[in-house]
Amino acid sequence: MQLVLEKRAERSNTIALISPLIAIGLTIVTMVILFAILGKNPLLALHAYFIAPLTDGYSLQEIAVKATPLVMIAIGLSLCYLANAWNIGAEGQFLIGAVAGSWVAVKTQGTDAGAWVLPVMLVLAAVAGALYALIPAICKVKFGASEILTSLMLVYVADLFLDYLVRGPWRDPHGFNFPTTAEFDPVATVPLLIEGGRLHLGSIIALLVVAAVAILLGRTIKGFEIRVVGAAPRAARFGGFNSNQLIILTFAVSGALAGLAGIIEVAGPVGHLQPGISPGYGFTAIIVAFLGRLNPLGILIAGLFLALTFIGGEQAQIAMKIPLDVTKVFQGILLFYVLACDSLILYRFKLVFPNRQVARGTG
Amino acid sequence: MELVEAIILAVLAASTPLLIAATGELVTERSGVLNLGVEGMMIVGAACGFAGAWLTGSIFIGALFGIVAGTLMSLIFALMALGLAVNQVATGLALTILGVGLSGLIGARFVGERITPAAHLYIPGLTDVPLIGRVLFGEDAFVYFSLALIVAVWWFLYRTRPGLILRACGDSHVSAHALGYPVLRIRTFAVMFGGACAGLAGAYLPLAYTPFFIPGMTAGRGWIALALVVFSSWRPGRLVIGAYLFGAVTILQLHAQGWGVGIPSQFMSALPYLATVIVLVLLSRARTGGSTAPAALGTVFVPDR
Repeated sequence: MQLVLEKRAERSNTIALISPLIAIGLTIVTMVILFAILGKNPLLALHAYFIAPLTDGYSLQEIAVKATPLVMIAIGLSLCYLANAWNIGAEGQFLIGAVAGSWVAVKTQGTDAGAWVLPVMLVLAAVAGALYALIPAICKVKFGASEILTSLMLVYVADLFLDYLVRGPWRDPHGFNFPTTAEFDPVATVPLLIEGGRLHLGSIIALLVVAAVAILLGRTIKGFEIRVVGAAPRAARFGGFNSNQLIILTFAVSGALAGLAGIIEVAGPVGHLQPGISPGYGFTAIIVAFLGRLNPLGILIAGLFLALTFIGGEQAQIAMKIPLDVTKVFQGILLFYVLACDSLILYRFKLVFPNRQVARGTG
Repeated sequence: MELVEAIILAVLAASTPLLIAATGELVTERSGVLNLGVEGMMIVGAACGFAGAWLTGSIFIGALFGIVAGTLMSLIFALMALGLAVNQVATGLALTILGVGLSGLIGARFVGERITPAAHLYIPGLTDVPLIGRVLFGEDAFVYFSLALIVAVWWFLYRTRPGLILRACGDSHVSAHALGYPVLRIRTFAVMFGGACAGLAGAYLPLAYTPFFIPGMTAGRGWIALALVVFSSWRPGRLVIGAYLFGAVTILQLHAQGWGVGIPSQFMSALPYLATVIVLVLLSRARTGGSTAPAALGTVFVPDR
């Protein structure tokens, strides 16, 4: 018996729509098995993961807060992946954005700097993220160095640089030697949407980004070029599209969005710069981008779903002592199923029995 | 002199996991498959390897656990990328994300435990020779194995018929298929070999390098191994040079931190990663006469019937 792929005459639109749902279903089945292996009641665990966070207002806000960086980064990554440019260093661009924005916050700390501080932080973070992403892009375009490896290496460099800053020059003198900057001043903090809540202005910015990229991809020539370069490189060459220029552009945009997400996270929910500001947002965003089918609206939904798994994972840890790593396993398995189900859009799976085939004279 | 000897020993130890993992990936890539999940397979190999050694008290069984774990991980990759024709870059990333989570889950109960690290060879007389004695005759088994492995891989790729067929699959799967070779089956074996090597390389870390397991202890070595394969231009000989050069960078920056050079330790720690970027750029730039990569590397192949 052998599994054989058969190319469909044209891509199946029905499956394109339902494949993420099949993937989520299969992931949940796998998780039930995993919970059982870990000796936890699968139904209670699933409830803690997927239902409990949806039942109180605080957790709902927390989901939106967690989804904000995921959606912003994933939207940028989707542009790269559509153009067949593999930026997997969003985590580093996120951290560099956080560092660049925090520089303003640290330098204006305790001064009477006005309302200009936060906008400057946001702009600087986006610029820094874009520049950091341009390093692998330029190495790729000018020298042909694999952008996958260079962008990833720069994640470790960014992580160490942030670590140096908060242990060295930027350390809070009154912070009991903890590696962290002082709490940002109110003018350097992303304002809350509801007084006393968790939801902040960053979520609105994320929604604007989703809308802007949806328009870019669906309604502009640039968006069309991005999609053609990725889907049909030969056709794009005949069309005279400059794929190198698109690599630079998509890397810069995704770096800017990751950097912006970084400073929003630091100046919003966290409130100061410290190591470990990201539980791997830059990597989880890769899953968000694929689960959302590289489509802005899809990414918004996928981002909320993966944010739910982060919050659910925390609640499951508190309520049932389920290790936090289960969330990472969940996310990895989900990406596998998403990719496998996507294969169904282009191919039919067929089980072939070699002997019978010969007997019938087909094949 | 003792310091020189100590540094050489440390360089060999730091290079060995890179060399083993990169050797496996070299064979995988030579068959035309780009498996970016080396980091994920390594970290699972590290967790399982430590678990095996801790439970049985045997370094050898620990190494076997690592190999089996890495191979199982690579089979997931093979099923996806070869069986279901999924994009290899995305599948490799998924494998790494899954591996990081799985290793945390498996290794959680072993954090803080210690084992006796792998024994070093001792031949009376020879090992005691100053300077070169311990370097040549006082290593652990992994170091010797890694060198034997790369020689075996060189011999296999360039001196045997199956090696030639494997390289043919990597350069043109269509031609290899037309000649009647089972491209997907050959590639599956190559991927499994890569997984076994990555698992062993991961297991080396808690079994010989440091005698305990910490989550995330591979610290990007899987990615550096991938870069080394590019560095080597997919040739086993250059891979050895590359692995030892990178091991040397790692150790020298550690020593520089110890000597109290007035550079913050984080900048020194960033050196191996920055070196990788710079080397990739310099090498890619030097190759003006076309790429040396296997021609079919990373492309999806679905046999037509």
